Amino acid sequence: MIPAWNEAASVATVIAEVRAAMAGVDVLVVDDGSWDRTSEVAKAAGAQVARLPYNLGVGGAMRTGFRYARRHGYDVVVQIDADGQHDPTFVPQLLEALTHSDIVIGARFAGVGDYRVTGPRGWAMRVLSRTMSLIVGTRITDATSGFRAAGPRAIGVFATHYPAEYLGDTVESLVIARRVGLTVGQVPVAMRARSAGRASQGVLSASLYLGRAAAALLLALVRRWPYEEEQL
Amino acid sequence: MTHSAYILGVAAAIAVVSLVVELLRRRHLRGKYAVLWLGLSLVSLAFAAAPRLLEVLSSAAGVQTPANFLFFVAILTMLAVIMQLSYESGVTEEETRTLAEEVALLRLELERVERAQNDPSHGDEPR
Repeated sequence: MIPAWNEAASVATVIAEVRAAMAGVDVLVVDDGSWDRTSEVAKAAGAQVARLPYNLGVGGAMRTGFRYARRHGYDVVVQIDADGQHDPTFVPQLLEALTHSDIVIGARFAGVGDYRVTGPRGWAMRVLSRTMSLIVGTRITDATSGFRAAGPRAIGVFATHYPAEYLGDTVESLVIARRVGLTVGQVPVAMRARSAGRASQGVLSASLYLGRAAAALLLALVRRWPYEEEQL
Repeated sequence: MTHSAYILGVAAAIAVVSLVVELLRRRHLRGKYAVLWLGLSLVSLAFAAAPRLLEVLSSAAGVQTPANFLFFVAILTMLAVIMQLSYESGVTEEETRTLAEEVALLRLELERVERAQNDPSHGDEPR
């Protein structure tokens, strides 16, 4: 599943790469209210396209995808960014790890690849990952990675509950997973530099990032989820 | 209290009551909000028309200056109303989000059904 927001330039390449890496998989692109030709390009590339009427954020796009998967009886959902940052050749490794966990994160900073985030933003991301590792109970080096695989139990949970707020799609979704007793694993992956756009590096934006992450995390921990007592 | 201040207070309260009634008549205010605003506007009219009422209530609550008592109650009431609106807007946001997701999935299904009708050989489930 590929959540895409105004990624007409790269989405077709990503679809082709996914097809090349995993023959015979179904590709669903969730167009998160793009105003460019993302939907048309994705359709022409042969993907199923669910087009949201307006921008919901990654969380909204993801829940749409999980609902689709549940409705059509899929038992594995792999999430890949539409900007070409994630390399689909790692998908088989994610699926392999999915036999031991309900959710597998394709993580940077885990030994593979030369992707480095330095300076304040790097520290902020490391603090966040440490905290998430404590909460989830397994070592996670890259809590905000959008390269993930979800098994059948995770699909069922996320089709109903997937937060739409900032960082909710990554950080809070892991907390939810933990709350309902899903297991989380990670696989080291190499990531490519984004083709467009540059992550900001300043101290101020790093603190802001950490603050927002902390807020998202607190919110996630404080929130009650209606299915908390449910047996999965 | 001066005579003109009294008239000002009553006039303002009457204006609020008639505004609420007019909005109700035009069905811009609904259900719980209608009752809430009607009640609040009538209470403010009562305080404006009978300032003694405020003095009695504030001394009963142990507040020396009636105006302070009024401000305290008014601010608390407004806080409650604003919190209620935030809550409602959160609920509405979640509802519209769910609708948007459903619309996207329905449109996808519709396109698939249309394709299947135009070309029966390629219309199978994508599995």
